[in-house]
Amino acid sequence: MNTTANPFQSRWSAHDLRRQAGNIVVIVFATAALLLAVGMLFYLLFYVLRQGIQFINLDFFTKLPTPNGEPGGGMGEAVQGTLILLGLASLFGVPLGLFTGIYLSEFGRGRFANAVRFLVDMLTGVPTIIFGLFAWVLIVVPQQTFSGLSGGVALGIIVIPIVARTTEDVLSLVPKEMREASLALGATEARTIVRVVLPAALSGIITGILLSLARVAGETAPLLMTAFGTTFWNTDITQPIDALTLRVFVFTESPYQVQINQAYAGAFVLITLILIASFAVRWATGGFKRRGR
Amino acid sequence: MQQQVSVSQSSIQRSVAWVTRRFGRRPSDLLFRGVTFLMVLIVLGLVVGVAWVLVTSSMPTIEQFGFSFLTNQAFDPVHNIYGVEPAIFGTLVTSAFAMIFAIPIGVGAAIFLVDFCPRTLRLPLAFFADLLAAVPSVIFGLWGFLILAPWLNTSGEPWLAQHLGFLPFFQGQYHGLGLLAAGIILTIMVLPLIIAVSREVMLVVPTVQREAMLALGATRWEVIRYAVLPFARIGILGGIILALGRALGETMAVTMVIGNQATRPSASLFDTGYTLASVIANQFGEATPGLFLSALLEAGLIIFIITLITNFLARWLITSLSQQHRPGGRGV
Repeated sequence: MNTTANPFQSRWSAHDLRRQAGNIVVIVFATAALLLAVGMLFYLLFYVLRQGIQFINLDFFTKLPTPNGEPGGGMGEAVQGTLILLGLASLFGVPLGLFTGIYLSEFGRGRFANAVRFLVDMLTGVPTIIFGLFAWVLIVVPQQTFSGLSGGVALGIIVIPIVARTTEDVLSLVPKEMREASLALGATEARTIVRVVLPAALSGIITGILLSLARVAGETAPLLMTAFGTTFWNTDITQPIDALTLRVFVFTESPYQVQINQAYAGAFVLITLILIASFAVRWATGGFKRRGR
Repeated sequence: MQQQVSVSQSSIQRSVAWVTRRFGRRPSDLLFRGVTFLMVLIVLGLVVGVAWVLVTSSMPTIEQFGFSFLTNQAFDPVHNIYGVEPAIFGTLVTSAFAMIFAIPIGVGAAIFLVDFCPRTLRLPLAFFADLLAAVPSVIFGLWGFLILAPWLNTSGEPWLAQHLGFLPFFQGQYHGLGLLAAGIILTIMVLPLIIAVSREVMLVVPTVQREAMLALGATRWEVIRYAVLPFARIGILGGIILALGRALGETMAVTMVIGNQATRPSASLFDTGYTLASVIANQFGEATPGLFLSALLEAGLIIFIITLITNFLARWLITSLSQQHRPGGRGV
């Protein structure tokens, strides 16, 4: 560092010039780095949305894929399958995540709670294909058939830590005075949580659930070896079931242009879902924080 | 009639009072606590169950091959010989590639967001950087397969071979699909994670610290270099390790662009290959119970253990940062 701040020296000595130049280089690099990251996002969004929108029509949501790349058809079974899988995942994952969050925020003290928090955190970092393998060994292999149920279980496990952590976070934002006021009025602990604490944090909890569902709607890897995919209508969760992500994956590598186009359309639907969820979550959390303070 | 009701009511009240006295809580509270605790136990059971299933199901190959599973080149269902050396090689090469490019870009972008960005743009830009993480991996795969790989095949790889062909990394045939494509996709996918964590830990650095540097006449870069980065270093390292874990376990996007063909491990990034996760994604369909199934699960077990270690390290580093740094802690 330059320690000689001599007022008689020229303001821009060689040393200072070097410092200023270094400063400018870093500013330019940092700006370029961010533009690259955000630019990549906009490029991807623009690319998928532009390619996909041409092939979005009613048939896409109501018809089955045509065999051998004949023109027409859609991905109705994949849209339906994704909805079924999301339903199963929330049925399985949301209660577990919600109660774990309540436990961590309201009852969790000491070592055991820390261990739970730690394990839930670990769960978020595990690659999702691992949960696919888990459901595969536990359900698919013994049943000897791929099934929607196993896909729902795999996705449900992914939902748990997301819901648990957001629930814990928003519950801990609820002021302690509200709990004390409720208890002072003679309400039981359970009643306080169900009637006072949870409603106060409701928008945040719903946000967390929405976020987790948006996240699993885009999952492919755990569905490969569980839901597996099919090109027929199926609502029987003991049989293979299709999902948008699975269909996009298969059709992307298809030799037929028709199917590649449909992959674009499927990607369009996925991206739109995730954009809507992300903006909704941002809007909801912003609103929550304003009210909380 | 009325008497009976009052009798039964009082008996309920009495038993409620008894439970409350006996356990120190009212029955409704006990029930609520019980349900909550049961759910937590189920979640814990799932976590332990995942580990248990992976370990027990991969026992056959562990017993059969031991450590040679990690060094064996063949993954050969026909002769029932299994090894994942090429997959480990592919996993490490693509992740290393991603880290080399994502670390400077990610940290640079975070520096921009925290220190250079106009105030009004900070939150929107951070939101967009986060949004990149929300894009499903199958969409990265679609883009990689339909746009990136063909472009690499016709333009990118020939250019690299022509100008940087003297390096061992850019030699051999062009395929488009391969380690290079997978590395590029992974770079983009882990960027938002590095940006988000680096940004968070750099925001923790006390403002006084920056202002003191500025008051000494330091340039903006010198403030970052000497006042911000030394503080945030450990947290950024945590973010990098987190990103590494993500890259090592990423399945779909990599499976779609890496080519999934075993080649003899060489230094060339133009080669096709596969990763631990892509082996599972490609082979599970043909898996027959026995050694084949067990081999896939052992590949999963390896990913699981690696990501547990990376996550544990990252968490430890990031939390140790927030506990350690109080104003006046470490000097510049």
